[in-house]
Amino acid sequence: MFAIDPLLESVDGSAVLIVLLKVVVAFAALMIAVMAMVWFERKVVARMQNRLGPNVAGPFGILQTLADGVKLFFKEDLLPREADRPVFRLAPYLSLVPAFLVFVVVPLGGDFSNDRHGVVSWFGKETLVQVADPHIGILFVLAMSSMAVYGVMLAGWSSGSKYPLLGSVRAAAQMISYEAALGLSLLAVLLNSGSLSTNEIVSGQSGWNWNLWATGVVPFIVFFIAATAELNRPPFDLVEAEQELVGGFHTEYSSLRFALFFLAEFMNTITMSAVIVTLFLGGPNGPSFGPGWLQAILPTVWFLAKLLVFLFVFVWLRGTLPRLRYDQLMDLGWKLLIPLALGWFLLLAAFKIGQDEGWNRAVVGVVGTVVILLGALLISMAVGTARARRAAVEVEA
Amino acid sequence: MIASLFAAQACAPSECFAVPANIAFGICALLMIGAAIKVVTETNIVHAALYLVVVLAGVGVNYLILQAEFLAVTQFLVYIGAIIVLFLFGIMLTRAPMGRSDDLDNAKLRPAGIGAAVMLLVVLGGALLSSFGETHLVFSTANSTTALSDAVFNQYLIPFEVVSVMLLAALIGAIVLARRD
Amino acid sequence: MLLNQFLLLAAILFSIGVYGVIVRRNGVLVLMSIELILNAVNINLVAFGANSGIAGQVFALFVIAVAAAEVGVGLAIVLLIYRNRRSVDIDQLDELKG
Repeated sequence: MFAIDPLLESVDGSAVLIVLLKVVVAFAALMIAVMAMVWFERKVVARMQNRLGPNVAGPFGILQTLADGVKLFFKEDLLPREADRPVFRLAPYLSLVPAFLVFVVVPLGGDFSNDRHGVVSWFGKETLVQVADPHIGILFVLAMSSMAVYGVMLAGWSSGSKYPLLGSVRAAAQMISYEAALGLSLLAVLLNSGSLSTNEIVSGQSGWNWNLWATGVVPFIVFFIAATAELNRPPFDLVEAEQELVGGFHTEYSSLRFALFFLAEFMNTITMSAVIVTLFLGGPNGPSFGPGWLQAILPTVWFLAKLLVFLFVFVWLRGTLPRLRYDQLMDLGWKLLIPLALGWFLLLAAFKIGQDEGWNRAVVGVVGTVVILLGALLISMAVGTARARRAAVEVEA
Repeated sequence: MIASLFAAQACAPSECFAVPANIAFGICALLMIGAAIKVVTETNIVHAALYLVVVLAGVGVNYLILQAEFLAVTQFLVYIGAIIVLFLFGIMLTRAPMGRSDDLDNAKLRPAGIGAAVMLLVVLGGALLSSFGETHLVFSTANSTTALSDAVFNQYLIPFEVVSVMLLAALIGAIVLARRD
Repeated sequence: MLLNQFLLLAAILFSIGVYGVIVRRNGVLVLMSIELILNAVNINLVAFGANSGIAGQVFALFVIAVAAAEVGVGLAIVLLIYRNRRSVDIDQLDELKG
């Protein structure tokens, strides 16, 4: 009905079992990855701050996450008296489930070179190394990331306390604003790939033809910044700014429910990194060599390696950059990222049309840039005039 | 049970999913009707918005059953991801009462509302049953997203442009209305 | 599947939405009821379109876009009303009554 996985050309028992297997493996892999990520972040941040970080539980402290989980599990589950109980209970799941679902459309392996589209053969059945490949794959990612607002927003509202409410209103405004920049920078990728399916997008990037440079680096940078804001990670973590808001939207949460928010946050970081790798860095594409078994797992290894780079960068940002102020955050999103992504998209579209019509690339580039800059100048002049007039009115009054 | 799964004969998706699709539709329809009734009767405004999310998600599932994947994902992205969040935002800006509020309904109009709704339902239902009583849906397995984009950017290009201009006008209008000056 | 399944569901949602528009006093809740009506129409469009080409889906897409615009402007108006009167009760907005 909505998959073009070759597995579902004809459905029988073994096909159903393979699908179930894929679901279970993806679930388990994500859970383990989250645990590792929590440890990784704490360890790396500790090293950046000249500390040791977790080093007691297990070798290099790797079991620290497990220990924390057990601790949270045994803590008292508090329900604030003013809380809206059903919504308060529901909110953590609303933030966890979308985080899981995004992972479903990410291709985790498979050979994409020579038009093979990542099809692998398992148990005599042809299938893809991703749980599902809907035609609208990448929109599904956007839809799920917009769904993540609910967890944050409802958690803050239902706590019946003012700091969480402030945190959640901030979060909602921030996530909606940056979703626009996220979508607009994504458009550049879609223009280049000509498909919404994640599988097709990765296939189009085989042979080092990565979207990172095929779209010019700008959409990647915009997407990365918008994704960081979407994840509420530092330097965009105003949602849970400890110094101003106690702990933000999850101030009133404790025990397992807090653990769910915590998990969702790290899971979102991982899935968003996976989406960036899929969109801009060719997903599992990479050089292939060696004996058959090595060739079979190499794509997954490349994928994980690229993923790790982004996870490190996210931690690095946290260790390095100070938090933005709220108005700076909004200015960055609305006045810089969105116009930049939009202008770049128009330029790429002009190049695309120029290619189809056989126009000179240099002329198209110069004319397009001039037109876009002229438009930007006119808009900024209009805004400036309006501001000056308002200031004049205020002076008179 | 697993053995019976294996014994099941291979079939094409269009036949295989007929029964599951009907079951999904049934569950989804019941949930949607229940949630829709809660939307118009609930005394807590945020809860009403959340029930509306259930209805809208159900509509999205209906689109999936009707093989309109692009619409389904748009439903989730635009309706649930943006419009309802906007509603919640509006509610929180105009006070977000935690408990129940009693001034949401116009009790005098309730009989009129029920009468109008029931009459409308009877007329619509009768008309639908007599006109489309036995019409079955025929599904194609073609990629409806491609077909949709082809239609939007060929045949319906001008309506599309008009809609985009209207969105821009609404955007400017909303800013002008809501700005504090 | 029968076409009527979807059409009847849409009819029920539509009626519930009409009830909401008549009975609700809070501006935001009236807008929500209008959303119910619009979605009922959308189900109809897509269900009819399933048998006869893509036009139904195209118009459902337009309806979604129009709904987004409507909610944006509608909420701005509700916010303005709230700012001026400290209430969003639309039954009190009767200055124009003769």
